[in-house]
Amino acid sequence: MSAISMILVVIVAFFAGMEGILDEFQFHQPLVSCTLIGLVTGHLTLGIMLGGSLQMIALGWANIGAAVAPDIALAATASAIILIQGGQGTHGLGSAIAFAIPLAVAGLFLTMIVRTITVAIVHFMDAAAAQGNSRMIDFWQVVCICLQGLRIAIPAALLLIIPASSVRDMLSAMPSWLNEGMTIGGGMVVAVGYAMVINMMASREVWPFFAIGFVVAAISDLTLIAIGAIGLSLALMYLQLDKGGSGNSGNGGNSNTGDPLGDILDDY
Amino acid sequence: MQEKKVSLTKSDRLRVAWRSTFIQGSWNYERMQNGGWCYSMIPAINKLYKKKEDRIAAYQRHLEFFNTHPYVASPVIGVTLALEEERANGAPVDDVAIQGVKVGMMGPLAGVGDPVFWYTVRPIVGALGASLALSGNILGPILFFVIWNIIRWGFMWYTQEFGYRAGSKITEDLSGGLLQSVTRVASMMGMFVIAALIERWVTIKFTPVVSKITQQAGAYIDWDKLPKGAKGIQSALQQQASGLSLTKVKVTTLQDNLDSLIPGLVPLLLTFLCMWLLKKKVSPIVIIIGIFVVGVVGHVVGLL
Repeated sequence: MSAISMILVVIVAFFAGMEGILDEFQFHQPLVSCTLIGLVTGHLTLGIMLGGSLQMIALGWANIGAAVAPDIALAATASAIILIQGGQGTHGLGSAIAFAIPLAVAGLFLTMIVRTITVAIVHFMDAAAAQGNSRMIDFWQVVCICLQGLRIAIPAALLLIIPASSVRDMLSAMPSWLNEGMTIGGGMVVAVGYAMVINMMASREVWPFFAIGFVVAAISDLTLIAIGAIGLSLALMYLQLDKGGSGNSGNGGNSNTGDPLGDILDDY
Repeated sequence: MQEKKVSLTKSDRLRVAWRSTFIQGSWNYERMQNGGWCYSMIPAINKLYKKKEDRIAAYQRHLEFFNTHPYVASPVIGVTLALEEERANGAPVDDVAIQGVKVGMMGPLAGVGDPVFWYTVRPIVGALGASLALSGNILGPILFFVIWNIIRWGFMWYTQEFGYRAGSKITEDLSGGLLQSVTRVASMMGMFVIAALIERWVTIKFTPVVSKITQQAGAYIDWDKLPKGAKGIQSALQQQASGLSLTKVKVTTLQDNLDSLIPGLVPLLLTFLCMWLLKKKVSPIVIIIGIFVVGVVGHVVGLL
């Protein structure tokens, strides 16, 4: 990998780290960060494919409440670097995904460290505020964001220092049963993200929508956009009927759905 | 002595909106988004207050605890801008009123932001992009990035303006059922799409062979009796199209049996299992690692 590519990879990693905490532009989502790393290293297609696979796994990952999701920013950038350094092409996708998972856990730990350091920085902000110095508040805010960027950029730089040949040796030392098994696991692990989403949204009212969505998905002619359109229309129709039917009761109509399956699933 | 009325121009509000993009930048365990909140408010504070002690007081009151979903912070910012503007023009708005609005809005709004953005819009747009990207199509990442950021910016700017115009009245507007409706539609649509995603993208294939049946003559293509050359190929394709099997022995795997029940049943059960484990407070990381172990062991044993 050329020096320019390496620098660009570190810059991409820096953006991914920033976004991992900001959660605005979504540079940290694998679909974006893996693609960018693929782009700057000249393996665009490979990066896109890895990004797509990891994105599927991480769809439902979000930091809410007590359930802390694994850190996708480190997982995406690091596994993209490993995939490209390993030089196995699409054949290496399985093992790259397998590496991503422990890295996602390690990333959580790094986030905790930075968030703790930030407590101290906020006190510097307090001091700046007491002096009426808004420039300093701005400055410390930028420092904090940069710290989050370094959280991913430094591990990425360390990975780049490891010679490509050792990465290759390590990957080829992995037996094929492990590699294939990991790929199979990658296909199943997607369910965890969906389970997290469902646990957050599920109520008696929405289970019928779940059932219809599941059945409709088997019609393979329908694209995701079509499925989304059906879902939105159903939801709007339901809301309209609910408003018209129950007048201004307005408390979510949760007892009048009469859906025994929903009840069972809810208790379950 | 009547001072000239100060007000925030559109460009001031745009600068605040741009800065609020970085509201989570100094997220910390002590006061969470407070640093980012103050950072967002600074252009407005400097515009509204000219005296140093007023500014100091304003910086300090905006470094208080704040935490919500990063996008729905925008309407709260809008309302706070309106309140600060009134205060700077001499209206009796005290610290308690401003802090009260912030705290009063952040909880209910976070309850809207999470299901709408993290659990509905992102899984849907993400799945759309990822399904294209799996085959290496560059449109996947581009679509995801562009659609997401248009939605995000549109929402942030529009709601901040909405909050600014509505001012403190917004709490009445929001409790009037609009928010509730948005959340309900989002969670219904979200559940619908998530179910579809489970069917499409959770892949489990059981490989054990359930049965091998040697089929009767006429039910499969008899390759020895086909005419030679291109005609043979044509004839074979015609026969396949009319429903004849390609091989003499029909192999049925466990997966075929399950698919004939309802496609995607096992992924559904796996998802329910994960939900149950999560409810039992098992860490998602443990579940993820467990699934990989099952994948490897299952493959070695020959089940998967």
